Amino acid sequence: MPKPKIGFYWCASCGGCEEAIVDLAEDILGVLDALDIVFWPCAMDFKRSDVDAIPDGGIVATFLNGAIRTSEQEEMAHLLRRKSQYLIAYGSCAHTGGIPGLANQFSREEIMKWVFEDGPSNVNEAKVRPQTQWTENGCEVHLPELRHVVRSLDQVVPVDYYLPGCPPTPKLTKAAVGALLEGRLPAKGSVLAPDIALCDECPRKASKPVNTSFTEFKRPHQKILDPNLCFLAQGVVCMGPATRGGCEALCISGHMPCTGCFGGTSRVRDQGAKILSSLCANIAPKEEDEIDQVLAGIPDPVGTFYRYGLARSLLRRRVDLPAPAKE
Amino acid sequence: MNEKQWTPRIVAFFCNWCTYTAADLAGVSRLKYAPNMRVIRIMCSGRVDPQFILEAFAKGADGVLIGGCHPNDCHYAEGNYKMLRRFQLLQRMLKDMGIEEDRLRLEWISAAEGEKVKTVMNDMVAKVTAMGPLGMPGRFADWDKEMEHLEAAVATAEAGQPAHSHSQQEVKHA
Repeated sequence: MPKPKIGFYWCASCGGCEEAIVDLAEDILGVLDALDIVFWPCAMDFKRSDVDAIPDGGIVATFLNGAIRTSEQEEMAHLLRRKSQYLIAYGSCAHTGGIPGLANQFSREEIMKWVFEDGPSNVNEAKVRPQTQWTENGCEVHLPELRHVVRSLDQVVPVDYYLPGCPPTPKLTKAAVGALLEGRLPAKGSVLAPDIALCDECPRKASKPVNTSFTEFKRPHQKILDPNLCFLAQGVVCMGPATRGGCEALCISGHMPCTGCFGGTSRVRDQGAKILSSLCANIAPKEEDEIDQVLAGIPDPVGTFYRYGLARSLLRRRVDLPAPAKE
Repeated sequence: MNEKQWTPRIVAFFCNWCTYTAADLAGVSRLKYAPNMRVIRIMCSGRVDPQFILEAFAKGADGVLIGGCHPNDCHYAEGNYKMLRRFQLLQRMLKDMGIEEDRLRLEWISAAEGEKVKTVMNDMVAKVTAMGPLGMPGRFADWDKEMEHLEAAVATAEAGQPAHSHSQQEVKHA
């Protein structure tokens, strides 16, 4: 009997999610015993034409990582959706837009101008920019178009399951593959991680004060921190209360506060709004000036609260940026 | 709706104990004020989750007004302070997201201040009218137009093949 087919693909991502799959270490051999990898551009020599040749629904599951921000990625998302019975958004970027989603604070023109002209490491006096179509020596070459908006995978095609994290842990990945093989998957649209806030599994949970009261906010490099005390008790922004658990508090164990890569729990629609709500409610002062002084310790609320989730947040993008057709 | 007919839609979260009662007073006193607000009664301004505010904007509100008890007058002692602190950071965050400051407003209005409901409402409507519509649902649709061409191409390519449910579904932006 042929083994079920499985695919991996990457879009706007850093490669860390591919590393996470390799991090399965010897367990990946077990995966290979049970499954056939039919597409994995990062690690194996498959081409798009190989995918085209697979009948629709011929792949049992595709793990797609990375946000969608070019026309090519969009096309691949459609193609892999069609070829796969299950499409799994793997990692923060595919799940909620991830770090690339922070580009939704800028227009495409601002990004292109910075990357190809104004960036300090650029030498580009002719101000050359990549063209989507170009003819050289009678040959026509094409490049994908950079979209104006960075999107999570489910803003482009329907997604069956989500594996959160930057990157997802080997344990969660293994559990997901196991569930897939044994056919004990939860309801479609589920996030394959515990549905409870990170604080629940945090080793510093016991030291979390019942009544947090912030008189200042400090970033980790501005203060010597107690390695056994809850970050919130030390006035450091920790996304834990607004973030889904399942990572087993990896960052906390490395003595860094949570930055929120797992996204919110199923009850949360907008992770950034939730952590803002929680932190602000517990600020000590009652006078406007004094409150502002405390809040000055959070210089970049969008980048802090939506570090991985801006693309999938309620507002999605800086609202006053030009729309695609009008730029 | 064309531009001339457009009038702002303002979602107002009023606390049960002060501002909602004040709006009631404005009503029974037959005060005339701009009809642009949709009042939502909540028990305390401290109950206003910032998600409510963002969702109101995302679903088409042009402005959001929050009314609570004056400092030291909160029925639950501290709720209005919680709202004040959230408001101050939210205001900064919304600015970073390109939403003008005047679209979100926090006012302390006691149960006796029916007149203030009128003044605040008229003032806010004037300011938001001057700014024009925020129109988030329209913006979302505009942003996603860049995907239409490819979606159409995919649909055409699939037309010859057995119909597949996924390509028929619209992308949802809940």
